[in-house]
Amino acid sequence: MDIIFLTFILVLSVFLGFELISKVPATLHTPLMSGANAISGITLAGAFLAAGATDNDMASWLGGAAVAFATINVIGGYLVTDRMLGMFKSKRGQ
Amino acid sequence: MDIEIYTNLAYIVAAALFIFGLKMLGSPATARRGNAFSSMAMLIAVIAGLIGSQAVSYEVIIVGILVGALIGTLSARLVAMTSMPELVALFNGSGGASSLLVGWATLYYSEGEVVPTFTAATIVLAILIGGLTFTGSLIAYGKLSERINSAALVFSGQRVLNSALLLAIVACAFLFCMEPSATSVYLYALLGLALLLGVMAVIPIGGADMPVVISLLNSYSGIAACAAGFAVGNNILIVAGALVGASGIILTNIMCKAMNRSLANVLFSGFGAAKTAKAVEGEVKPISVEDAYYILEAASNVCFVPGYGMAVAQAQHVVKELGKILEANGCEVSYAIHPVAGRMPGHMNVLLAEADVPYEQLVEMDDINPRIENVDVAIVIGANDVVNPSARQDPDSPIYGMPIINVDQARTVFVLKRSMASGFSGVDNPLFFGDNTRMLFGDAKESISGVIGEFG
Repeated sequence: MDIIFLTFILVLSVFLGFELISKVPATLHTPLMSGANAISGITLAGAFLAAGATDNDMASWLGGAAVAFATINVIGGYLVTDRMLGMFKSKRGQ
Repeated sequence: MDIEIYTNLAYIVAAALFIFGLKMLGSPATARRGNAFSSMAMLIAVIAGLIGSQAVSYEVIIVGILVGALIGTLSARLVAMTSMPELVALFNGSGGASSLLVGWATLYYSEGEVVPTFTAATIVLAILIGGLTFTGSLIAYGKLSERINSAALVFSGQRVLNSALLLAIVACAFLFCMEPSATSVYLYALLGLALLLGVMAVIPIGGADMPVVISLLNSYSGIAACAAGFAVGNNILIVAGALVGASGIILTNIMCKAMNRSLANVLFSGFGAAKTAKAVEGEVKPISVEDAYYILEAASNVCFVPGYGMAVAQAQHVVKELGKILEANGCEVSYAIHPVAGRMPGHMNVLLAEADVPYEQLVEMDDINPRIENVDVAIVIGANDVVNPSARQDPDSPIYGMPIINVDQARTVFVLKRSMASGFSGVDNPLFFGDNTRMLFGDAKESISGVIGEFG
């Protein structure tokens, strides 16, 4: 049942993703990509499970490395996207 | 049990915020707030994930977060806008590495228990796609930053080797799933093969095809997160990963369409291997900075068409300055951007935005082409293949059928170019020999500064 439930979520999310993104103008393709890239750092939420385990050294080493990589992805991704979007100005805004 | 309910409720909130955030990224006016929404969603999801993990020791987590936050912040703050494609590639790669590690680590803390086949399969997927994304992104980074040769690397036997690699992966994956354990030799084989696959997948792809590769790797990083979500049974990973995977695939598709090539063609054939197009003959008509000034001074509608060369010459600021002077002179100015101009989707838009060009002036190919005949002067800066009329006229040309910006139909075309070398695809460009084309040879930045000087 669990597998079915998770797959259910997956399928709906994929359709939602297609709907959400297909209307983005070309001007925003780079920020969209780097913003989406930051979201893929969501593995961070899954990495704690391993990183917080004390009973197994290997698990916590791998988990710790996963936390570090995912944090680079999340923090770097959001900051750089924000930096880029801050540059997009309207004519009225000038 | 209670904690599980609360974390899952928090995940629902996070998922909703991710969706709002992505939706708002669809318009320049709301995009920045959208990104903030999405980062809030991430914060909620991460805190919920941390509480839900019921971690017993926080040292490793804290060290990991500090190290990651430091590297992420520094690189995001310090990098130059022109190096954006490389940076996005690196961030992508770290997302992939993280998914690989999460999948791998799952085997250790469930030690002693029997890993169900389904979980084993998702672990394999997380390792495979994560590893492929990691090394693929590193190679893409190397090519984009010119640390390694950005040309397509094709050698004989490549297909055979890649097929063997894929077969080996399938075999190891199957054997591992039969008896999943952290000490399985097939696990280590899979790790190595996944990393190798990333390298092999990106080396045959040339620099000009990088927009496709980056979007595809972006998609992979989402799919890898999704697989890791299945492996650890975490639904926010699945939702967020699927959203990223879908967005990457859409971008990939847009990029492929803009080059009139199938994804398979981009991925598996080093471009321009067989060139049979007609050699172009004719006379080029160079123009001096002074003459360029006279023509621009009289023009009432000017359209800039930037390409990767503008990024290389760092010419976006002088381009904008010239645009402003022309506007003050009563001229209508626009910037026409081909979807695959540059090294990542929307590359030129970001550079021009950095130079303070308002986004209303950035025009897409499909908007400019119907009214290109009303353009007095089209100024091509460091773009080549995306304005090559062979794509319309010469069925033998490797780029035949690719949609281009039809600058040859403008009243006058200025082409800013260092020399007469052909573009990335190695195809001759008849545009340079057109009756209405004038070549302004030299460094784009210097040429434009020269024209600005004439106005002054």
